[in-house]
Amino acid sequence: MSNYGLILVIICYLGLLFGLAYFAERNRNSRWINNPYIYVLSLAVYCTAWTYYGSVGIASKSGISFLTIYLGPVIALPLWIVLMRKVIRISKQHKISSIADFISMRYGNNRPLGALVTITCLLAIIPYIALQIKAISETFNIVSSANSYMSTGILDDSTFYIALLIAIFVAFFGTLSTDASKGKKGIMATVALESILKLVFFLIVGIYVTFYLFDGTTDLYQKAAQSENFKQLSSFGGLENGFNWLFTICLSFFAIFLLPRQFHVAVVENQKEKHLKKAIWLFPLYLLLFNVFVIFIAWAGILKLPDTLNPDYYSLLLPLQEGNIFLSMLVFIGGFSAVISMIVVSTLALSTMVSNNVIIPYGFIKKLVEGNPEENAKRIKNIRRIAIFILIISAYFFYIKFSTQLSLYSIGLISFVVIAQLAPSFFLGLFWRRGTAKAAKIGIVVGLLVVCYTLIFPIVANAISPNISFLNEGFFGYGWLRPTQLFGLEYLTPESNTFLWSLTFNTLGFAIFSLLAKGNYRERNYAEMFVNNANYENLQEEAFIWKGEAYVADIKKLLYRFLGIQRTDRALNIFNRKYNIPEQQEKADARLINFSEKLLTGSIGSASAKILLASVSKEKPISLVEVIKILEESKETKESNKLLTEKSQELSIMTEQLQMANEELRSLDKLKDEFLDTVAHELKTPITSIKAASEVLEDDEMPSELRKQFLENIGRDTERLAILIHNILDLEKLSGKRAELDIKRREINRTIAKAIKGIEQIASKNRVQIKFEEGNNSQGLYDEDRILQVLTNLLSNALKFVKYGKGIIRIATQDNEKEVTIVVEDNGKGIPKEELKYIFDKFYQSQNQNIKKPQGSGFGLAICKKIVESHGGSIWADKNFKKGARLVFTIPKAR
Amino acid sequence: MKKILIVDDEPNIVMSLEYAFKKRAFEVFVARDGTEALEISEKQLPDVILLDIMMPQMDGYETLKKLRANKYLEKTKVIFLSAKSKMADVEKGLEMGADSYMTKPFSIKKVVADVEKLIM
Repeated sequence: MSNYGLILVIICYLGLLFGLAYFAERNRNSRWINNPYIYVLSLAVYCTAWTYYGSVGIASKSGISFLTIYLGPVIALPLWIVLMRKVIRISKQHKISSIADFISMRYGNNRPLGALVTITCLLAIIPYIALQIKAISETFNIVSSANSYMSTGILDDSTFYIALLIAIFVAFFGTLSTDASKGKKGIMATVALESILKLVFFLIVGIYVTFYLFDGTTDLYQKAAQSENFKQLSSFGGLENGFNWLFTICLSFFAIFLLPRQFHVAVVENQKEKHLKKAIWLFPLYLLLFNVFVIFIAWAGILKLPDTLNPDYYSLLLPLQEGNIFLSMLVFIGGFSAVISMIVVSTLALSTMVSNNVIIPYGFIKKLVEGNPEENAKRIKNIRRIAIFILIISAYFFYIKFSTQLSLYSIGLISFVVIAQLAPSFFLGLFWRRGTAKAAKIGIVVGLLVVCYTLIFPIVANAISPNISFLNEGFFGYGWLRPTQLFGLEYLTPESNTFLWSLTFNTLGFAIFSLLAKGNYRERNYAEMFVNNANYENLQEEAFIWKGEAYVADIKKLLYRFLGIQRTDRALNIFNRKYNIPEQQEKADARLINFSEKLLTGSIGSASAKILLASVSKEKPISLVEVIKILEESKETKESNKLLTEKSQELSIMTEQLQMANEELRSLDKLKDEFLDTVAHELKTPITSIKAASEVLEDDEMPSELRKQFLENIGRDTERLAILIHNILDLEKLSGKRAELDIKRREINRTIAKAIKGIEQIASKNRVQIKFEEGNNSQGLYDEDRILQVLTNLLSNALKFVKYGKGIIRIATQDNEKEVTIVVEDNGKGIPKEELKYIFDKFYQSQNQNIKKPQGSGFGLAICKKIVESHGGSIWADKNFKKGARLVFTIPKAR
Repeated sequence: MKKILIVDDEPNIVMSLEYAFKKRAFEVFVARDGTEALEISEKQLPDVILLDIMMPQMDGYETLKKLRANKYLEKTKVIFLSAKSKMADVEKGLEMGADSYMTKPFSIKKVVADVEKLIM
């Protein structure tokens, strides 16, 4: 393919990325942009050109040890749920935007530490970016028809222009907002797309090689098995090699946490904590898929390609050798994707770090204090943009100067070893309160020195003049000081050697200096907050980790400079409302300081935010005891909050119950009204009748026959009135338990016989049969008159509802140890189902029959119920009885 | 001769009313409930109906509604007689189309006077 054709493809591809990034930024809140899959795919920025090309290279040289680089993350991921969640929570709360911010924040927002971490990252990552540029350049040359490996100068090196295009892309989409902790949706969307592309294209070439060039995996294995060094390629090696494995796994374990680009995608770009859950199984799956064909491509390369070709590029060379330009083009684009996403995210993370932890706090802070918000935002963005260009250009020069000596794999490992120097201060800082800023700095510096001595120095020395004597003989001739075999461990690879000793000295330095001297109050405060993470979630602004004096007006002025009047006022408004702070408050409290620090941290980094706030406030030291007290208090607050929630739930249940009770009372009240209505009606009817009769009786001309009848009516109505009043009073008496019962042991059969006798006359008049089925001669404890009243009432009720001439009323008694049961049933019209519940209610009639004229006063059954209950028995209507009505009541045999 | 229909299920009350109106030369009809009242009204087209509200089967309100639906009974005056004496009950009765509302216990003389006033 021609140079220009390839460049055209690259430009089109970059155009596509620009378009996608633009689309994603425009649709920041769309479901397509905010989902766990984008998050998982962006984590796959871990797979760079090193993975894409270098794995095959290492697999073809030293067999399956290429896997170590992926085993580390796979082991680390289950821990994410615990570890990463903690890191993410802390970062979100402090608006942390980089690993440098994170580490310096942990050690009391220490400015030099932030700068040191940034420099460590630069040392680790710039060569790594150079490695990516190298991959572009070399693959470009392989795919294009030009055969020159090295161009004659920068200006005619296409790689340089590609690097510039990438820089423009990052500079544009990476600095849309000054707040570095804000998600970069556009960039993340392109990274996710690229993660898909690089995986798919690599799988395609893997399938092509395994199943098209060869006859499947078995065929490849059999053919490869005949090659000379096959045993070495397919075995794990001895115990010594085991250590190398172990160290490389550790290295990649740390890298997945500490690499600035990984920290950026995993922490800063994390939208929801629960996305982690998807990541812990999907990401290892991604890595697994990526590695399925590595070994086969490597074997195929060994079998098919001449030794002179770089094994790193077997995946590209194999289809090319077969003349499959299209496929090699795809592979190239896949590798290009891996490169771009790595460079993009890394430079993004590094530029934020450089501007927030080095440039702004060490040089620009004064200028920023003097500027206005627009100017400041522009300045901060420009600093970051310039940083991005400088980073990429330095990486380019690093590539030009050093890359020819190093393989992809070794540059990658050096980078990992350097970044691993952050591990002690990062991991121990999360769990060990004693760690101090000074100790962290010493640890990192010592670790870096060891890396320089054991790894970088030999490489540089070798490059300058091979066979420098002390490399082989050790410093001053001391054999144990040989850089690559420090302390005489001879079987370790240079990288494992460096890893072991640099981390040993680093950790020791960190631990010893932490134990030697306590940090200042600020360090201890932050340590407490980072370590005591269980409390952390409530610790927002409310943690009083600051004590001092500051004026709200000063802080406001400061915030105006960086956020502008509108944003500041809005933020403070929300803040004031949240904590119920009066607008005119003059002095700032800890919450406001904390809140402002966080607001500023997003824009200019934690170190600068601290400096700025210190410039407008007088800070007083606060003791660890106070911090712990605050943490405890917030824990208590949380607990009391929980208690309050419970109480309020209880309260709402009670309110509900009260409402129900109220409802019941209301309906009772209504019933009572209606009851009174009925009573009134019942009373008024005879009174009306009496009154009317006495009025017409005034007429002297009335025939004496009629007059006699009117007088009789008056008599009957008066009687009716008297009974009614008697009933009401009786009921009231029974309700108030004022009725005295003459309770004795009596025979129920005799009482029933008496009751029957009392209504026999009316029954025979209506031609109703009364059948009394005498049981045992049961004895009960009762007041005979009252129970007689009950029986009479039940019998006359039954009489009322049976048909003339066809009625049958049956009375029966049953008997057990405790009580006597009396059943009165009839074959009348029965009781409607819906009324069963109410018939013993004294208000019942009024409720169900108010508009109709009730029969009788409606007190009968209510009085019966009262009487039975006052005896300690119960009365009910049998709802299963269908042929009429069956009423049952019981009388106890003993008290 | 003016016709009056007395609707009440209390025979004693009916008896006095019947006597008083006969004395005033009214032709008196008596109904025990709403159904009977409708039947008699359709046949006799009374000038006045004295209507009790609380009655078995069809109550006074329902009866009145049906009476009012009959155009031959347009001129018939209806007076509610009821033990319900709350303001709300009276208002409801008048709203439903009664010409007058008397609460029990009432005076026969007052009823007679009211009826005469209504049909004069």
